[in-house]
Amino acid sequence: MSQKPAHTDSHAEEPNFYRAKSGLMSWLFTVDHKRLGVMYLASVLLFFLVAGILAIAVRTELFTPAQDFVSASTYNQLFTLHGAIMVFLFIIPATPAALGNILLPLMLGAKDVAFPRLNLLSFWVYSVAAVMLLCTLLLGGLDTGWTFYTPYSVQTGTAATLAALGVFVAGFSSILTGVNFVVTVHKMRAPGQTWDRLPLFVWAIYATAVIQILATPVLAITVLLIAMERFLGIGIFDPAMGGDPVLFQHFFWFYSHPAVYIMILPGFGIISELITVHSRKHIFGYKAIALSSVAIAIISFIVWGHHLFVSGQSELAGIVFSFLTFAVAVPTAIKVFSWVATLYKGSIVYNTPMWYALMFLWTFTVGGLTGVYLAVISVDIHLHDTYFVVAHFHYVMMGGLVVSFIGGLFHWWPKITGRMYHEGLGKLSALLVFIGFNITFGTQFFLGHQGMPRRYFAYLPEYQTMHQVSTVGSWILAVGLITAAFALARALSKSAPLAGRNPWEAISLEWQTASPPIEHNFHDTPHVTTSPYDFPEIDKSGAHH
Amino acid sequence: MILNLLFGPDPALLGTPPMSESPFSLLPAASANAQELDNVYIFVTVLCAISFVLLIGAQIYFMVKYKKPANGHNKTSPITHNGKLEFWWSFIPAILLVVCFAWGEVLYLDMVAPPADAINIRVTGQKWQWTVEYPDKAGAVLTDEIIVPVGTPVRITLTSLDVIHSFYIPAFRQKKDAVPGRYTTMWFTAIKEGEYPLLCTEYCGDNHSMMIGKAWAVSPEEFTKRLEEAARLEQKVDEGETLADFGRRVFERGGCESCHTITGEAKTGPSLKGKYGATETLADGSTLTIDDNYIRESVLEPNAKIVQGFVPQMPSFAGRFDDKQIAALIEYIKTLK
Repeated sequence: MSQKPAHTDSHAEEPNFYRAKSGLMSWLFTVDHKRLGVMYLASVLLFFLVAGILAIAVRTELFTPAQDFVSASTYNQLFTLHGAIMVFLFIIPATPAALGNILLPLMLGAKDVAFPRLNLLSFWVYSVAAVMLLCTLLLGGLDTGWTFYTPYSVQTGTAATLAALGVFVAGFSSILTGVNFVVTVHKMRAPGQTWDRLPLFVWAIYATAVIQILATPVLAITVLLIAMERFLGIGIFDPAMGGDPVLFQHFFWFYSHPAVYIMILPGFGIISELITVHSRKHIFGYKAIALSSVAIAIISFIVWGHHLFVSGQSELAGIVFSFLTFAVAVPTAIKVFSWVATLYKGSIVYNTPMWYALMFLWTFTVGGLTGVYLAVISVDIHLHDTYFVVAHFHYVMMGGLVVSFIGGLFHWWPKITGRMYHEGLGKLSALLVFIGFNITFGTQFFLGHQGMPRRYFAYLPEYQTMHQVSTVGSWILAVGLITAAFALARALSKSAPLAGRNPWEAISLEWQTASPPIEHNFHDTPHVTTSPYDFPEIDKSGAHH
Repeated sequence: MILNLLFGPDPALLGTPPMSESPFSLLPAASANAQELDNVYIFVTVLCAISFVLLIGAQIYFMVKYKKPANGHNKTSPITHNGKLEFWWSFIPAILLVVCFAWGEVLYLDMVAPPADAINIRVTGQKWQWTVEYPDKAGAVLTDEIIVPVGTPVRITLTSLDVIHSFYIPAFRQKKDAVPGRYTTMWFTAIKEGEYPLLCTEYCGDNHSMMIGKAWAVSPEEFTKRLEEAARLEQKVDEGETLADFGRRVFERGGCESCHTITGEAKTGPSLKGKYGATETLADGSTLTIDDNYIRESVLEPNAKIVQGFVPQMPSFAGRFDDKQIAALIEYIKTLK
């Protein structure tokens, strides 16, 4: 892969980070944040593929009301592994660990993250966790659902312990990356890059890292308690030993609800970058967007009880959690309004990353608004654990995070690989994903409202038509994602056009170095004098203000 | 046709308990709280629809109006924020959300506080059936079936024998987890006679999808009659009936079919066809001949001797079946050639 930056300079012959060193060991023991990011990226995309195939198998079984394509226990393992792999091995690390690792130091004008060796450790810890989770397949499979609810998870086969330990180990990777990023943002910013000149992607990664550090230990404690219960026979969650199964749900969601924001906040960061660069506008409400990330990070810790509305927790607790859940809606709404307002009087370029960003505004808005139904405590009693919830969290997770992640991949692919993808293929993938996604999950709101429960491999025939529409949608979605993968993969070939250092004419620092960047990112430490959204197209004459 | 796609086929054409006579909805409002809950649901839907149209409408308008011209970029607006606008678009949603919260909460308080005159029903979940008991009617025990009188509040006390289940009747818009080792309660007043699906909504293992029963809302007279019938069915052999016939009713009423077929096909447990007197290999490799004592032990202490190829999942029926019913079951199993 030869490198020809758009602007030649005296160091032009310096090799990019792929070519700076060679050999397998130079990858496995690298401390270069970009190489670690690329390895993370390869891993998370592999797990996205695996979990995606599981999802298609699940949807295919649901094509008819009877059990026909897979057996009951296979189906239960399919949806469990789909959820566990998607959440713990794909979505949580996808944006922070993969894109974040590659981009964060570049955006800060730094040579690397604050603790490069810790970063390497984090990757290896993640790999160990991945192997542990995949090993559950060899031990007879995992059928607890990704939520590991007790006492079912205590009573089912041995694989649940290994899977729980796998999640425990993955948590450490998450904590280490979080610590590393917080220190990096505080200490490694380029001269002149004040907090209000940080790209919003950095703000989002920063808020995410804070949640990762504070919430993940609770998950670790919970998993340790489960291990104590299984191996030492101390009754904590299992009523047969005098424990309380609902206590587990409190512990689990104390981590896993903030984890939802670990997943989605980085997506918010990507969208802020994509919408500004491709509409040539300063972000609307920089402070509101940055601070609402922090507000969401804080409130996310005190809403976990809405997962327990029908569990028998006290009515007062239910009401308080319902109120707090509404509170998280306000900063989220502020963000969406600000992105739409950013388009106002812009000059919108319709390329692939922008198509995904605009799609995100649609899908995430649906995800957010349907969250209101679930926050209304009495309506939730009806909708709890039905397909309405399945549809809602797929609109948030896939419509929010995955759509923005793919948009981000198309946006930064030229930076990561140095080459451009085929624009037509990229746009085709966006169109197919949009259509397939809405058919798949839009239908499920109706299914859930009609009472269809989650995690059924067979169902009442009344639901058949809607299930079939949803399944056909999932096939279209799969074709869309394969098209996206094909478009990105084709850009790796030597015949793909070179991107140059700044194909989008962006301002933020990652675009001011070669594509792909050199090993130490920048020849000279960059100095920041303006906002990352101060585009030359912005009319400074004052006539419109 | 479009409606059919959105809402599913006409339930009348299908062989399952219809959830509604209306072709536009599978979901009748069959309890007093259901109508009010639907009102909140519609309010939230209208609110969300308006918000969605306004927001996405603005987005699409901007997308069309501010498209980059073919001949290079337009000058773009230098606007970076607007304090007044940002205040209002935070304040107005906040107020609307408080309205949603308040209405939902008022209804919730009503949905969780049963009136003093409610009749009591105890429901026990286990893999994979619901046992429904009527404390006010001795011997009235139903499996995967709950009968409630129209117009009278019903208070249900739930628990579970093994893992967490969730008791959900969509037509009544009520749901509550059945948690092992503790009691939870829910209540409703049925207002519309009919037969509605009863579903388990907390994942509970292999046959979670099969943990489906029926909820009957019937007139008070019919209610008394059905309970008496249920008590009678469980207690004694009818006139002109053999012990094996009674055993078949115990088998059906007891929900045994959810795991044991009589056709020879294995489900969660072995089929009972041709098993009496047969030789069976156990999980530890030993063999035994199935006789009266083995069947009795398997009912009262199911996990003592597990047949090879199956996992210990069956709950004990001690206290559920008396000696006479077990004897009848044995006679019934003998007839399954």
